[in-house]
Amino acid sequence: MTSPETDTGPETTPGTGRETEPAGSADSGGKQRKPRRAGELNAVEFARWGWRQLTSMRTALVLLLLLALAAVPGSIVPQEGVDSLKTSNWQDAHPKLTPIYERLGLFDVYSSPWFAAIYLLLMVSLIGCILPRTKVYWKALRAQPPAAPRHLDRLPASTSYTTDESPEEVLARARTLLKGKRYRLRRTGAGAGAGVDGADAVSAERGYLREAGNLLFHVSIIVVLVGFAMGSLFGYKGGVIVVAGQGFSNIGQQYDEFQPGSLFDEDSMEPFSFTIDDFDVNWIMDGPRAGMAQKFVSHISYTEEPGAEEKTYDLQVNHPLQIGDTELFLIGHGYAPVLTVRDGEGNITYSGPTIFLPEDESFMSFGVVKAPYAEPEGIGMRGLFFPWYMMTDEGDPTTLMGDDRNPLVSLNVWKGDLNLESGPQSVYVLDTSKADQLMGEDDVPYRMDLQVGDTKQLPDGLGSVTFEGVQPWNKLQISQTPGKELALGGVILALIGLLGSLFIRPRRVWVRARRTEEGTLVEVASLDRSGGGDPDVLVARLVTELAPEGTGAAEPRGSTEPAEPAQPENPDNPENPEKKS
Amino acid sequence: MTDASWEVLSNQALAAAGVVYFLALLCHLVEWAALLGKDKQRAAAPELVAAGQAGPDTVAADSTEGGTTEATGSGPDLDHRRAFFGRLGLLLTIVATCCHGVSLVGRGMAADPNRVPWGNMYEFTVAGTFVLSVAYLALYRKFKLAWLAPLVLIFNLACLMIAVIWLYDPVAPLTEALNSYWLVIHVVSAVIATGAFSLAGLLSIVYLLKLRKPGATTGLLAHVPSTDVLERTSYRIHAFAFPVWTFAVLITGPIWAHEAWSRYWNWDPKEVWAFITWVVYAGYLHARATGGWRGRNAAWISLIGLASLWYSFIGVNFFNDASQHSYAGSLPAPTTAVVQTVDQPLAPAPTANL
Ligand code: HEM
Repeated sequence: MTSPETDTGPETTPGTGRETEPAGSADSGGKQRKPRRAGELNAVEFARWGWRQLTSMRTALVLLLLLALAAVPGSIVPQEGVDSLKTSNWQDAHPKLTPIYERLGLFDVYSSPWFAAIYLLLMVSLIGCILPRTKVYWKALRAQPPAAPRHLDRLPASTSYTTDESPEEVLARARTLLKGKRYRLRRTGAGAGAGVDGADAVSAERGYLREAGNLLFHVSIIVVLVGFAMGSLFGYKGGVIVVAGQGFSNIGQQYDEFQPGSLFDEDSMEPFSFTIDDFDVNWIMDGPRAGMAQKFVSHISYTEEPGAEEKTYDLQVNHPLQIGDTELFLIGHGYAPVLTVRDGEGNITYSGPTIFLPEDESFMSFGVVKAPYAEPEGIGMRGLFFPWYMMTDEGDPTTLMGDDRNPLVSLNVWKGDLNLESGPQSVYVLDTSKADQLMGEDDVPYRMDLQVGDTKQLPDGLGSVTFEGVQPWNKLQISQTPGKELALGGVILALIGLLGSLFIRPRRVWVRARRTEEGTLVEVASLDRSGGGDPDVLVARLVTELAPEGTGAAEPRGSTEPAEPAQPENPDNPENPEKKS
Repeated sequence: MTDASWEVLSNQALAAAGVVYFLALLCHLVEWAALLGKDKQRAAAPELVAAGQAGPDTVAADSTEGGTTEATGSGPDLDHRRAFFGRLGLLLTIVATCCHGVSLVGRGMAADPNRVPWGNMYEFTVAGTFVLSVAYLALYRKFKLAWLAPLVLIFNLACLMIAVIWLYDPVAPLTEALNSYWLVIHVVSAVIATGAFSLAGLLSIVYLLKLRKPGATTGLLAHVPSTDVLERTSYRIHAFAFPVWTFAVLITGPIWAHEAWSRYWNWDPKEVWAFITWVVYAGYLHARATGGWRGRNAAWISLIGLASLWYSFIGVNFFNDASQHSYAGSLPAPTTAVVQTVDQPLAPAPTANL
C-alpha cells in the first residue's frame, strides 16, 4: 500500500484516470493494454469504468462539496416542513416565483429528488469505497512490515551516525526499542528476502488502527442514515393541545395533528392516557428579561395502559416523559378563557375553556367561539385575550405581560350562518362569509370587553356571554422514533472511528546497521503515512534513544529540514513486497 | 459581590483585556519591524545573505538565527529589541487572556441563577475568542506559533469589538430551552471547535500567501514557517477541531434539540449551516487525501469551511429570522398572521440555543 497521501483507496489509484487516456501515454501501465478510446469500451468495461469513477476519491470529494452546496437553498427559501406558515406567506408574496420554485422542489429541499440523488450517489460511492478498502486492510493487517529499501538515505526523513558498537548490538537494541514503542517488526531470517532485510536491518510499522478507524467512521455514516430512515418510515409525530384539568388517550383521533411515517403501523401506538392536573409558570418580573415565562412545569398523572397503576410526572422543557417507546414533550403553553354563551332563549349553547393561541411573547392570544346552533340566530365570535390588560389612551386593550393577573377577553361578534355545512373547519377559524358582523355606534364593529366574572348581553337580543375564568393549556408533542438508538450509536461510533482516523499516525521505521571502515554506520529512516506527522522529529528522537550515551557522536546526517514535502510520495522501492498491483 | 457588581467587573475586565491585547499587538508590531529591519541590513551586507538563508523558516522569536547577523553593527541591537518585544508581547497576551477569562467568569456569576457564560451571541463571541487565545498560548511552544501573534491579536480584537459594539446583551437569565446541562456540553464544544477552526483558518490564509512566494528571504513572509509546516500545522488543528465539531453539531446538538424541541434535526437554518460547515470540512479532509487537491485547493476548501462556520454562528441569526436557534436577544418575529391550524410554533418562542 502506498502512502495515504497518494493512495486514495484501492479503487482510486491513479489508474482510474488512465482508462480514458489515449494509448501510448507516458504511463508504463498503459502500454500493456490494448489501445482504445472511451468510445470503444464495451458494456462491461464501461460499467466497470463508471463504477471506478463513482467510487473514486475525487468523485467523493466533489459529491461532498455538491451536498454542501445543495443544502444552501433550504436555508434561504422557507421550508414547508420547517415553517409552513412562513412558507405560505412567502408563496403569497411571490406568485411568479412560486410555481418555478415548486417545480424545483425548493420548498422542500431536503426531500427533493435532486437532493436525494446527491446523497444516494454519495452513499453508493461510500459503499464502493468501503468494501474494497476493507479487503485491502484485511490483507495489510496480516502482512509484514515492508523490508527496508536499499537506499534509506533517499527517504525524505532519514539520518545516520557511526558508532563503535557492532551492528548486531545496534539492531538488537533497535528491536527492543521499537517493540517497546508497540511497533510491529518484520520477521528476519529465512522468510525475508536475503540481502534486503536480512541481518542488517530492522523494519517496523505501527498505526494499523488508523485505517480501522477510517473504515469504522465511514460504515457508521451508513448506520446513522439507516437509523434516521427507520425513524421517519416507522415512526410518527403528533401534536395536541390539552387544557389543564383535562385528559388525553393515545389514539389517533385525539390528536390535533398527526404525521405518521409511510410504514407506520397504528397498532404500535401505546395505550397510555394522561391528565394534566396542574400547570405552573414562573414569570420574571424585572431585569432585562422581564415578562419572560420561566420554569414551566406541567404536573401530569398517567397510566401506561388501561387499568395500570397511575403515576405522576412533572413534564418540563428539556425533560420529556418516556412511556414505552413513546415520548411526550411539553412544547408550548397558553390560555383558554372559560366562556359561557347563552342564546336569545336563555339556553346555554356554548360553554367551556376555549383555546386561544398566543400571538407573541406577551401572550396576547387569538381565539374563536362558535355557537352555530344558538336561537334565534347562530353566534360567532372572534377576538383577543389579554392576560394582564391595560387600556391605552385610545381605549384599546393591551397587555403588560404574559402573567394572567388581570385577564380580559375582547371579542367581535357575527350572527347568522357560520357555514359549517361546507366541510370541516378549523376551530381557530371563523367563516364569516355567510354571517353578518354586529356593528356598534359610528359604524365601527361592535366589540365586547369582558373581565373575569363579567356577563354581558349581546345586542339584537342574541343572548349573553359570561367570562368565567381562565385555564392554562399545554401543547404536547407525542412521538415515536424507532431507530434513534441506532442513529445515536452510529454517530458515537463514527466519532470514535474519526478519532482513530485522525489521530493514529501510521508510520514505518527502518534501522540499518553496517560495518564500514570508520565503525558501524547506522541509518535510520521513517515514512509518515498519515499526512499529519513529522517524520523528521520521529527520526531525530529515535536516534537519540538508539545511540547509547558516550559512544559515537549521534551526528545526524542528511536532511532534517527536508527540501521536499514532509509527506513523501511513495518511495517506489521495488523491494516493497506489499506494494499493491 | 452582587450580581450587578459582577456584571460591572465582567465589562471592565473585557475592556482591560481589549486594551492589553492592543498593547500586545503593538509590541509584536515593533518586534516585526525589528525583524524586517534586519532583512534590510542583510540586503545591505550581501555576504550575510547566504548565512541568513539558513533559517528563513525559523520562527520569528526563535533566536537560532541570531548569530548570523551579529557581524553588523546594529544587528545585536535589533535582535535584542526583537526578542524583548516578542517576550513582552507574549506576556501581555497572557495577561489579556487572563482578563478575558475573568470577564467570562464575571458574566456567569452576574446571572441569577449563576450559569455558564455562553447564553447569547455576545457571550459566545467572547468565549470563542477566549478559546482562540488559550489555544494559541497552549500551542505556542508545540507548533512554534510566535509568528502568528499579530494575526491572532488582530482577529481577537476585531471580534471583541464586534461583540461589544453590536452583539452586547445585558446579563439575563436563560430562556427555558437553554436551561439545560446540554448548554454546557453542546456550546462549549461548539466554542472550542470554532476557536480551533479559526486558528487553523488563519494558518491556511498564511499558507496560501506563502505559496505565492515560497522562497522569499525578505519581507513578512520570510519569517513565517515553510509552506509544509504551515500546511501540516493547519491540518493538525483542523483534525482536532473536526471531531469536536462533529460532537457538538451531530451528537449533542440533536440530543438537546430532541429534549428541548422534541425533534433531533429539523433543517432549521442554524442546523443547515452547521451541517454545511461539517460537510465542507469533511471535504477539506478528503481533499487533503486526494491527488491534485492537496495544498492549495484543500486550503481554499478550509477557508470556505471557515466562512460557512462564521455564517452559521453570526450570519444565520441576522439573515435567517426563521431560525429557532436565534438567541433570546433577537426574538423571532411574532406570528402576526392569523393562525390557521394548530401546527404553529405556539410557545412564545424565545426558545433558543446555538
Ligand atoms: C458521507 C460522506 C463522507 C464523509 C462525511 C466523509 C468523511 C471523511 C473524513 C472526516 C475523513 C477523514 C479523515 C482523515 O483525514 O483521515 C475521511 C477519510 C476518507 N474518506 Fe471519507 N467521507 C465520506 C465519504 C467518502 C466516500 C464516498 C469515500 C470513497 C470514495 C471516502 C473515502 C475516504 C478515504 C479513502 C479516506 C481516507 C483518507 C486518508 O487515508 O487520509 N469517503 N472521510
